[in-house]
Amino acid sequence: MCLAIPGKIKSIETQMNGLVRMAKVQFGGISKEASLEMVPHAKEGDYVLVHVGVAISVVNEEEAKKTFEYLKEAGELDELEPASIEQLKDK
Amino acid sequence: MKYLSEYRDPELVSQYLEEIKKTVTQPWTIMEVCGGQTHSLVKNGILDLLPKEITMVHGPGCPVCVTPLNLIDKAIHLAEENNVILCSFGDMLRVPGSKKSLLEAKAGGADIRILYSPLEAVRIAEANPDREVVFFAVGFETTAPANALSVLHADRLGLKNYSILASHVLVPPAISALMSDPDTVVQGFLAAGHVCTIMGLEEYYPLVETYKIPIVVTGFEPVDLLQGILMVVKQLEAGKAVLENQYSRMVSETGNTNAKEVIEQVFERTDRMWRGMSIIPGSGYEVRESLQQYDANQKFDVWTVDTPEHAECIAGEIMKGLKKPIHCAQFGKKCKPSNPLGAPMVSTEGACAAYYHYSGQTELVEA
Repeated sequence: MCLAIPGKIKSIETQMNGLVRMAKVQFGGISKEASLEMVPHAKEGDYVLVHVGVAISVVNEEEAKKTFEYLKEAGELDELEPASIEQLKDK
Repeated sequence: MKYLSEYRDPELVSQYLEEIKKTVTQPWTIMEVCGGQTHSLVKNGILDLLPKEITMVHGPGCPVCVTPLNLIDKAIHLAEENNVILCSFGDMLRVPGSKKSLLEAKAGGADIRILYSPLEAVRIAEANPDREVVFFAVGFETTAPANALSVLHADRLGLKNYSILASHVLVPPAISALMSDPDTVVQGFLAAGHVCTIMGLEEYYPLVETYKIPIVVTGFEPVDLLQGILMVVKQLEAGKAVLENQYSRMVSETGNTNAKEVIEQVFERTDRMWRGMSIIPGSGYEVRESLQQYDANQKFDVWTVDTPEHAECIAGEIMKGLKKPIHCAQFGKKCKPSNPLGAPMVSTEGACAAYYHYSGQTELVEA
């Protein structure tokens, strides 16, 4: 659960009367919503390191792709799609 | 376009191993603090590749593993008795409380939901105004901004039915506690990369000064870990004890100042009990008094009994680096991921589970 995963910002919208910037972030085939409140300068097309739904830093594209590829090869991307109860029981 | 991940490039790995072998002249014991690093070291077989002089011991850096039993009991109680929608990261579900796990409570009908992010719990609270929603906020500094943000989002939305059960722990006070223990065997640390992405480096300078130990802030991939180990070994061999940053591509001197501000807004420091260890002064975050309507500990009067750990579990000694999982008489016997006696056998970031899944258990060279 301590993993931070790099992804690309596809779109940005503001919520809560313009106070909160939320992004759709693409991680390979999976898209997730992430808060951009910790990285106020991040813009569409940027790569960000996301931890439990919050972007914690902006990273360059090459770095993002290398890290993502490593996490994918190592089978570490499960937490993007929380396990169902059935999967947990089978573990 | 496929990027070949250089972070586990076999050529780079063997270059670093070669350099470590050339540098080391005597035995050294190094602790990686973070469970993610433990997981990567064991899974990628790095422990077996290091020269025999280097012993890696595995620190208390798995938040799931150090969350006290009575907090798990409290979470279960909230879900079972207080009609709360209890939300949690998936890793917490199988951790045994004193009587059962959250997963067993869920099987018994309690409304327990696995989420990827605490911000999703705020959405659930918004959609269920007639129910109380509690997020089980475990984690190290890396996770603190997300948990803090969930409180701020709930506050902005004016939600009265959202709170967090905070079990936040902090790395620097744990390093202090480990180094103040007269029995300590640790001579150098790999500090946790993503923790420092948030917090920066400033808290680590006093540790290096006080305890005269090398600390290298290190990433998670095999090449990062080997480079971090090499940097610690070089310092140890040269009699140096300074703070170095192997993970500078992700960690700046000041960390993420926005994240630190959000943490500051929501949390204050508190003494925290670490499962398997003891109460470590100033080692946790709790919700500030000014925001106590979002603190499940304040909101719900839940009484739990302090239950001792399973008598045969040596998790405390493992997390202090005094023993390895394979030194436990019950490792792989009575204690397995399907029937964990203690928390480090549950989370994949726990040392015992990492050894169980990836190391071929008994084939490991005794340290």
